[in-house]
Amino acid sequence: MSTLAASMQSDDAHEHHEHHENNTVFGFWLYLMTDCLLFASFFATYAVLFMNTAGGVSGKDIFELNFVALETAALLVSSITFGLAMLGAQKQNRKAALSWLAVTWVLGASFIGMEVHEFHHLIIHGHGPQTSAFLTAFFSLVGLHGLHVTAGLVWMTIMFIEVSRRGLPDQTVTRLSCLSLFWHFLDIVWICVFTVVYLMGAM
Amino acid sequence: MSFLGKLSIDAIPYHEPIIMVTLAVIAVVGLVIAGLITKYKQWGTLWFDWITSVDHKRLGVMYIVLALVMLLRGFADAIMMRTQLAVATNGAAGYLPPEHYDQIFTAHGVIMIIFMAMPFMIGLMNIILPLQVGARDVAFPFLNNLSFWLTAGGAILINVSLGLGEFAKTGWVAYPPLAGLELSPGVGVDYYIWALQLSGLGTLLTAVNFLVTVFKMRAPGMKLMQMPIFTWTCTWANILIAASFPILTAVLAMLTLDRYMDFHFFTKEAGGNSMMYINLFWAWGHPEVYILVLPAFGIFSEVISTFTAKRLFGYKSMVYASGAIAILGFIVWLHHFFTMGSSANVNAFFGIMTMVIAIPTGVKLFNWLFTIYRGRLVLSVPVLWTLGFMVTFTIGGMTGVLLAIPGADYVLHNSLFLIAHFHNTIIGGAVFGYLAGFAFWFPKAMGFKLDEKTGKAAFWCWQIGFLLAFLPLYVLGFLGMTRRLNHTDNPDWNVWLYIAAVGAFVIAIGIFFQLLQLFISFKNRQQLKDSSGDPWNGHTLEWSTASPPQYYNFAHIPHVKDIDAWTDMKESGESYQTPQKYAPIHMPKNTSAGVFMSMGFTIMGFALIWHIWWLAILGFVAGVGVFIKRCYSKDVDYYVPVDAISEIETAHLTANAKGVNS
Amino acid sequence: MSIRNLAKLAFVTTVLLLAGCSGGVLDPKGQVGMDEKNLIILCTILMLIVVVPVIVLTLYFAWKYRASRDFEIYTPKWAHSTKIEAVVWSIPILIVIALGVITWRSTQALDPYAPLNDKGEHLTVEVVSLNWKWLFIYPEQGIATVNELVFPANKPVAFKITSEDAMNSFFIPQLGSQIYSMAGMETKLHLIADEPGTFKGISANYSGAGFSDMKFDAIATRTQADFDDWVQHVKQQRNVLTAETYQTLAEPTEDHPVTYYGKVSNGLFNQIVMKYMKDHGAMDFYAKPSHGARGSHRMSEMKQPGHHAEVNE
Repeated sequence: MSTLAASMQSDDAHEHHEHHENNTVFGFWLYLMTDCLLFASFFATYAVLFMNTAGGVSGKDIFELNFVALETAALLVSSITFGLAMLGAQKQNRKAALSWLAVTWVLGASFIGMEVHEFHHLIIHGHGPQTSAFLTAFFSLVGLHGLHVTAGLVWMTIMFIEVSRRGLPDQTVTRLSCLSLFWHFLDIVWICVFTVVYLMGAM
Repeated sequence: MSFLGKLSIDAIPYHEPIIMVTLAVIAVVGLVIAGLITKYKQWGTLWFDWITSVDHKRLGVMYIVLALVMLLRGFADAIMMRTQLAVATNGAAGYLPPEHYDQIFTAHGVIMIIFMAMPFMIGLMNIILPLQVGARDVAFPFLNNLSFWLTAGGAILINVSLGLGEFAKTGWVAYPPLAGLELSPGVGVDYYIWALQLSGLGTLLTAVNFLVTVFKMRAPGMKLMQMPIFTWTCTWANILIAASFPILTAVLAMLTLDRYMDFHFFTKEAGGNSMMYINLFWAWGHPEVYILVLPAFGIFSEVISTFTAKRLFGYKSMVYASGAIAILGFIVWLHHFFTMGSSANVNAFFGIMTMVIAIPTGVKLFNWLFTIYRGRLVLSVPVLWTLGFMVTFTIGGMTGVLLAIPGADYVLHNSLFLIAHFHNTIIGGAVFGYLAGFAFWFPKAMGFKLDEKTGKAAFWCWQIGFLLAFLPLYVLGFLGMTRRLNHTDNPDWNVWLYIAAVGAFVIAIGIFFQLLQLFISFKNRQQLKDSSGDPWNGHTLEWSTASPPQYYNFAHIPHVKDIDAWTDMKESGESYQTPQKYAPIHMPKNTSAGVFMSMGFTIMGFALIWHIWWLAILGFVAGVGVFIKRCYSKDVDYYVPVDAISEIETAHLTANAKGVNS
Repeated sequence: MSIRNLAKLAFVTTVLLLAGCSGGVLDPKGQVGMDEKNLIILCTILMLIVVVPVIVLTLYFAWKYRASRDFEIYTPKWAHSTKIEAVVWSIPILIVIALGVITWRSTQALDPYAPLNDKGEHLTVEVVSLNWKWLFIYPEQGIATVNELVFPANKPVAFKITSEDAMNSFFIPQLGSQIYSMAGMETKLHLIADEPGTFKGISANYSGAGFSDMKFDAIATRTQADFDDWVQHVKQQRNVLTAETYQTLAEPTEDHPVTYYGKVSNGLFNQIVMKYMKDHGAMDFYAKPSHGARGSHRMSEMKQPGHHAEVNE
């Protein structure tokens, strides 16, 4: 009977709840691992195709490292500001969380803005993704990351509204933690993109 | 571009009598079912208790229903192919022109793997795995419902292709450049892409869901090395899903970009590389077969140890062997194309790695043998499937190792020998396993046992039909017959093609017996009732619940001290004890969000197939919108009151008090 | 008659039926095919060492330990034996080691890319898979044929293979190995016929609607002189295969009749390969080291466009 009594205590609602929030973060982390493999497939394809320029431009001809470095800086700083937002959230400091989220959002949006500008620039100069396998792989890999960041921005907008309306209950903090994992993950992926695509491509 | 994109009235294949008759039959059957539901006033039950259910057991049942329906569709394709090849000999054209025949073999492959075997496996896992680990549900019940409906959405798309447009004519692997826009300009490949994307997403979410369940929600006391073997093999399969399905998503996305936006991943022009598609496809495709077969291995282990009334021999070996199979399964994909011209060293490496998989698989076979050894084997229907598997699968494994030798593969690749081999492993391995699990766990899910006589008849028809249908294909492979031929003109082949066709019909009788079995068992459900919840004197926790299990699974989460947790509790006298008191149970509420989300994405898929861009955007926005709304819904859970629990539990305990005393 | 006798009977019947049938991969007419047949038989026998006992033991244990025989020993808790575990792990390991050694050696020996060196000079044939027919170009003779492949027996043939459209697999079951044909890529295969005869050739990879009739006769002539006569006969044909007539030929057709071209424009095969391959950038990422280091990862070779600059411009 003692075992039964023990198990009854674990039915306690609060504990159950915390359990649940833990599961969410772990589950989201697992999802990120699968996302990682999605990126890995695009990286592998890029590695196979990046020499196939069909007589057109190669990375050396089109990459502007200074511009991309600025882009990278925006995203890296946004990771730090998201970290600050999380610190605020954990201290139940709504104002700090919201303002750092806003800063993160602006940095993320400028990253996307710069990326769109780069793509636009390439396309109007006749280097669109339809031109060669290299450009196909380049646009897809970088674009896939960009789509993720865009989804992150949409999510962040929703979280901004949620925090300003509801404050920072457990569930909201969990959601913010997931978004934060997502955001840092995209940062890591970008570092790989920057290294493999831009640095190695421009060399 | 018109309002409805490429869709017009010409998309309906009026000129194909076979398709039109099929559609008519589907329509009639659909109307009859709808009529019956109306007559018995079951629409409410269907919607509130099933379609919107987040209960893993009900979702499992729905997965299996989906699998059985798709089995009928995929098997109809198989019968058509075998009869076509039996009549189209000596240069005759047969009754299926390539235009139609090529769609049939593509659909057969996709349906049987993605929409029959996968839902069957996931259905069994849904019903059993949370019970086996002593959890009240999966980690994310809503997500589980969504996963099911995404899979169903994919299945709907593939069936719509029957009546609107066409299906892919590329073989189920859809290699470019054949699957590219230039050589496959129709909507067939697009149906293929979106059906696979939807169901693939559902499968991926399922894997994440069950991995969290297994790693975070096991009953107290249950160490990883005490998990039931079926849970272990499912966990390995889920790890494989999580690691391989993203590759499928990626490769299909690339094919989509090639087809829709004129990109050059796999095109002949502009530097595309179609070999990359083949590599990525099989980097998913090979783990996929282990995803199918590992849970079946778990089922055989459970069945054998239960029906010999004995512990499973070599539990640890079994867990490690499954893990070895899962990991090795990831580094052998190149054996699907030894004939592409890789260097001898590369081919030899992948060939040898493939053979290494035979080691853990062989160990498993020996362990099952030694589980039977000095046991008390009851020759029930699940055991028959298991024994049938052990004999059939051994042959399939042997021919697999033969194909893994590049020198042998150079002459056997793509031949009917290969077809015989993989049917030998997928039918004789995975499907026999699911059918064993179906018979084994049916009373747990439905509350009554299946009729034995028809079950045995079904087994023997399947087993004999299988041998008749596939052993001749080994011979045909040696005789130089390649796969996907529409007609033949080699008189030496005829007799073997005839035997294979007969075999397919014998399997058809087996399927008929299975449907008959369901009908008879349902009719006699009172006599076949399982009131104890433990009809086979089971070993693991699912048998501690009632049949069908209480919707909250466990009034009290059990404490686990042994691999065979339930046997241990029965022996130590801890089973069927009335607790001092019950506590309210926190449960998720049913929700329609999953089915509506999936509807949005299915409409998006359909619209993308037909290039109806506005509708695609609408479907996508609707799907995402429903999700966001669901995130902010407050009405998601409730507590089961103590009185209700007490009533249900007392009924279960009383039933067993009688059973124990008699 | 016991089940085992029945099984034996079935086995013998199958063997007899197989032996009686000709034309398959178990009835090889060339060295490569012969080696592959022997490899299949050897490995099958090796595996039967495990497979037969497993099947027999399954049926025997199921019979011996069935529930009604309650006089047999029953050990419900017995679930581990280090000795048995050691044996069940080591038996498959030993067999796989044996098979692994055989695989390593045979894969080197049967490498489709390796010329059959001890067999003398090779005849070169360039093979193009088209929708849905086979084009054979004889660069040394300056002729071409469709759906008929002729070569002398006892002389090794070096095939260079590519595709115009979908991927196919070039396969003459009685001579041995097959290899894929892929657009923009050149694959290689080396075969020999040890005796004269007409062998069936097929595509062993589905490539669309007309695939089933994508067949050809592979004719091994008795002597070199017979082959030379045939070449002369083809040369008298007026048909000429140029880049233009090739375009016409490349149009999809089904069950294409045998066609001879008395003349072929130079370098046509390279043009067919290069029209796609020129897009593969400037670096020789895929190219094999020229001195034939066997270990390189050689997915079907992509040529270096630099060598064929004149074709590109």
